[in-house]
Amino acid sequence: MGQLLQQLLNGLTIGSFYALIALGYTMVYGVLKLINFAHGDLFMLGAYIGLVTLASLVVNVGLAVNLGVLLAIFLIVMSLVGVVGVILERIAYRPLYKAGRLPPIVSALGASIFLQNGVMLLYGARYRTFPEAFKQAMPEVMWELGGARFTLMQVIMLAISFLLMAALYLFVNYTRVGTAMRAVALDHDTARLMGIDVNRIIVLVFIIGPALGAAGGIMVGLFYGRIYFTLGWSYGLKAFTAAILGGIGNIPGAMIGGLLLGLVEALATGFVSDAWKNAIAFFILVIILILRPTGLLGERVAEKL
Amino acid sequence: MRDFFARLRGMNSRWQYVILAAIVLLFPLIVRSNRWVQVANFFFIYAMLGLSLNIILGYAGLYQLGHAAFYAVGAYTTAILSTHFDVPIFVLLPISGVLAAIFAILISRPILHLRGDYLCIVTIGFGEIVRIALRNDVSSLAFLANIPGLAFLRERLETAVITGGPNGIMGIARPRILGLVFRQQWHYYYLFLAFVAFTIFAMRRLEDSRLGRAWTCVREDELAAEAMGINTVHVKLLAFALGAAWAGVAGSLYASWVTVIAPESFSFWESVVMFCIVVLGGTGSIPGVLVGTVGMVVLPELLREVLLNIQQWRMLIFGAAMIFMMVVRPEGLWPSQRFRRELELAKEMATPGS
Repeated sequence: MGQLLQQLLNGLTIGSFYALIALGYTMVYGVLKLINFAHGDLFMLGAYIGLVTLASLVVNVGLAVNLGVLLAIFLIVMSLVGVVGVILERIAYRPLYKAGRLPPIVSALGASIFLQNGVMLLYGARYRTFPEAFKQAMPEVMWELGGARFTLMQVIMLAISFLLMAALYLFVNYTRVGTAMRAVALDHDTARLMGIDVNRIIVLVFIIGPALGAAGGIMVGLFYGRIYFTLGWSYGLKAFTAAILGGIGNIPGAMIGGLLLGLVEALATGFVSDAWKNAIAFFILVIILILRPTGLLGERVAEKL
Repeated sequence: MRDFFARLRGMNSRWQYVILAAIVLLFPLIVRSNRWVQVANFFFIYAMLGLSLNIILGYAGLYQLGHAAFYAVGAYTTAILSTHFDVPIFVLLPISGVLAAIFAILISRPILHLRGDYLCIVTIGFGEIVRIALRNDVSSLAFLANIPGLAFLRERLETAVITGGPNGIMGIARPRILGLVFRQQWHYYYLFLAFVAFTIFAMRRLEDSRLGRAWTCVREDELAAEAMGINTVHVKLLAFALGAAWAGVAGSLYASWVTVIAPESFSFWESVVMFCIVVLGGTGSIPGVLVGTVGMVVLPELLREVLLNIQQWRMLIFGAAMIFMMVVRPEGLWPSQRFRRELELAKEMATPGS
């Protein structure tokens, strides 16, 4: 019982990371029908900028980490990575919107290689772990509930992810800009006729998606205590699976897909075998796509090549 | 750039071929360097992989981003049968191809109804599952013995070794013909060259065959193709089977060349390289795939020589070059005429998302 609860709790935490990253994939796919293969690397970039800054502040300046500092770091990193997202869209994707389906995929893969190696050059190719001083500066509070343990950090992360997701949901559904975004996702031409500046909406999507991914990146780093420059491949693929699971292009779908994938993975780790957890995640993806290609929440769309 | 290619195509084609053939045949003598012959061998392997993926992605238009799985099936078939049963490599080549094709038919049959990006993702998923399975080996299935009634399997599972886990398989036999054992890089050079030449010949014949034309129809308009009486499921399945078979043969050659294989040689990155070879070179075009292979396999090696001082910038430049190439020439370096027309048509018709 204790183990089950513990796995569920871990699954929920990891799942909320997946959900945050999956939102970026799903939003870009929603408006552009483009798989942004570089999104995972933007997430990784967020993890690096956030944690390296945080660690150096703690070690060199002797900063005490409290909620305020943490939130400030989140905001700064999210906006920085948002800017990178916009630059990426401008350089690698915008010239290719009318070039068919294959060229943007290759361009995205190129962008992913570029970002990965850029980070490797800037921060080094080795795993990055946090200095002892950093760990001590973190508030270490732990509770026990029915045999399962969880930390204050975990609670803060869950709270931040759910707040971000709720904010995005409200933004997309209840504001004018959010409505415009949904209109663009449905039909570019009609949206343009309604007076919506389609390109500005696309830029906005490329700010919000990477920013959310960056938030996920900082949290993954804080949770596991170490990061590496190929983090984007593995998490990107997983988050992408989550987006498909929920129905790509569907925002609540990405959230549910992420949480579900996290839970499945945690249960697979606890009760089947750690070595197979990724294979199980992909196996579920394949089954879902065979039986219900549009995901759990996706509507049936007639797709033409 | 466009001018250059136009002139190249306009040149007297007989002389073009004679010069090209002479250079290719004498290449090991010209460079006199094991390293560059080795690079050429890599070029041949990837050219075969690119051409095999070109059947699926280029001719039939099925987005396949997990081609490394078929390559892996071929390589591991050869490795396992060679190390355990001493089957000679030239017998294993066709066996590896056939097994890869059977594997492809089994996994692609249920996903053929998927299109575009969805297919792309499922194939990524399959590719990863294959890699993870190879990495885990059979012994990682020992947890199955926890299921009531299966406890008797525990010992057998725990001690089983088939794929060798993360270390892979060592000591794969080298090919031999009439007492000649392939050892040197240049031995393999001529072996691979023969295979690539045959592949190019076969692909050219395939392009204009009844099946090849059926693939083009399915790629351009599946509904219309079906209305014309083409059995689309059958045709797409054949694309997967043939593409996989050829990738399996390439895998078998690769295994017998390096004699050591490990799961990481068949990662998602390999599938990405093959995908980019086809799209960067020119989807559906044989010379395009060869040019693409030069770009994706030989160019990074050349960069290694040129950028001696800024070695670590190599992949950064490579990634930027991929973006640049697509922005400047979305149809690829050497596109087939037909594919270019399709692209122009798409440009006129479509805005994304509509």
